[in-house]
Amino acid sequence: MICVDRTEEVWSALSVVTDPEIDESVVSLDFVTDVKVASDSRVEIDFRLPTYWCAPNFAFLMASDMRDAVAALEWVTEVSVKLSDHFSADLINRSVALRQDFRDAFPGETDGDLSSIRRKFLGYAFERRQELLLRYLVAKGQTPDWFRRALLSELMALPLDPEGISLRNLYLFTMRRMIPGGLQESLAFVTVNGESLEAQDFKAYLRQITGVRRTAEFNGFLCRSLLTERVKRMGETGDKGEGRSTKDDLSANGER
Amino acid sequence: MFTTKSGEKIFIVDGHVTLWDGSDENIKNRYGEEFIKCFYDYHKLSPQEYIWPYKKYQKYSEEDFEQDVFQNGYVDVAIFNPQFLGDFYYSGFSNVARNEGFRKKHPGQVITNGYWDPRNEEVGLKQLEEDVQRYKWPGVKLYTAEWKGDSKGWKLTDPWSYRYLERSQELGLKNIHVHKGPTIRPLNKDAFDVGDVDEVASMFPKLNFIVEHCGLPRLSDFCYIAAQEPNVYAGLAVAIALIHTRPRYFSEIISELLFWLGPDRILFGSDYALWQPKWLIERFIDLELPEDLAAETGQITFEAKKKILGENAARLYNIEIPGRNESGAQAGSQKPEPAASVA
Repeated sequence: MICVDRTEEVWSALSVVTDPEIDESVVSLDFVTDVKVASDSRVEIDFRLPTYWCAPNFAFLMASDMRDAVAALEWVTEVSVKLSDHFSADLINRSVALRQDFRDAFPGETDGDLSSIRRKFLGYAFERRQELLLRYLVAKGQTPDWFRRALLSELMALPLDPEGISLRNLYLFTMRRMIPGGLQESLAFVTVNGESLEAQDFKAYLRQITGVRRTAEFNGFLCRSLLTERVKRMGETGDKGEGRSTKDDLSANGER
Repeated sequence: MFTTKSGEKIFIVDGHVTLWDGSDENIKNRYGEEFIKCFYDYHKLSPQEYIWPYKKYQKYSEEDFEQDVFQNGYVDVAIFNPQFLGDFYYSGFSNVARNEGFRKKHPGQVITNGYWDPRNEEVGLKQLEEDVQRYKWPGVKLYTAEWKGDSKGWKLTDPWSYRYLERSQELGLKNIHVHKGPTIRPLNKDAFDVGDVDEVASMFPKLNFIVEHCGLPRLSDFCYIAAQEPNVYAGLAVAIALIHTRPRYFSEIISELLFWLGPDRILFGSDYALWQPKWLIERFIDLELPEDLAAETGQITFEAKKKILGENAARLYNIEIPGRNESGAQAGSQKPEPAASVA
């Protein structure tokens, strides 16, 4: 018997795993094709990517993040993540199953683990989400001066509509991952390096981080288009991710 | 020539075209098959009426090219930027001898660039000299993501690449088209990083680096580099294909490029046969930036469009534009100032 609730729990756990490049959930991007929960609480996850050549380092990051996100569910005994139709699928699948480091998957082709690239893309996600929140708050009348000085507690205290709350949550989620620890009295808006915006020309700063967001959106669009064509071409039938694949925006990230 | 509704003629240089052979007969292995299929998925970004059947797309004829590029596609001069991909295709995906034959059939209409691969080391350097003598290439297309044996790619900053760049400069291979692709060692780094362009552009100020696909998927990184390096150009191939399916995104990209690079360092390229120049050019001529973007970076002008569609490439490649006697005289030696500085 497959437990429907548990399958849903797995999908929900997967929805917080993002493609680092696009900063969107692997579920909303339709990368995950199937989730199976066996009676002994073993979980199998199948996923695919838009091209046969998608960067193996990102594929590895996503596969291991999916494994970890699902393994964190209390009842899960074992997780297997399987990437298909990718030139390094075998290496990635084996390595993720063995909980190896990326270095072990591609011996001789790396000079370290993936932590620096992970940090770099977390930084992009931070800037992208900050930009969306800043533009939203600018439209609501906040001034550059306020952004320079506002404390996290003040940002939290702002009365916002649901859209604003969602943007704030997405931003704070990434901020916490960037700067772990108690942040209540720290500045709400800092650069990716943790510096205050005091010395920044606000307009120029906004333009700079807008570029980051546009790049991510462009990549997201291209990925979706290529994946759609690839799926059509391969004549895939019975897509299990149906109904989850059309959410197109940040709110689909499912982060709370 | 493209003629506008008001009768004005626009000289068109397509900065990125190919005659490829991805036919079953030429495919060596699964990788070659996946490669042309992936290309076909990109092709589907075209308007419906321009989409070919897969078989035709694998290997189209020279007559198809003539019709789509020169007769229907408004293109006055087409620049061939070949990809070898010898690990995937028996006689190469592009074949420089075939390109040369096509060039001879179309004097004045075709410019053929070559390629080199630093992993061929000393032997390749000799080959390059012979090729340049035989084909008179004015430039090269570099495909850093190309597989070769165990290697899944290389960097412009590799020691052998430096030697090839030095030799290119000596041989007069002035225009270096760089496709920034993934799978470059070490794999744990950001493989799409455009940082190596930054370094070599500074080291070889006499070479022009045309970054195809304007650094996508790292548009913003590319823009910051290009703003600082006056010999770095943006090739619009791939990006411009979005003008059909996602005009808003394309508007954002072009406004970003205009802001950081200015109108003198952006080159049109259809990437034929991925996409046909006809619809790309027609839509680009009609393009108007949405108000909010125009407010930030200014509206794209007709003059800027003319530069992007032909004048900029004409300057880099010494192409004479009919009716303009002074054109091409500087041969790209005049470096425009960056439109904005990062500071």
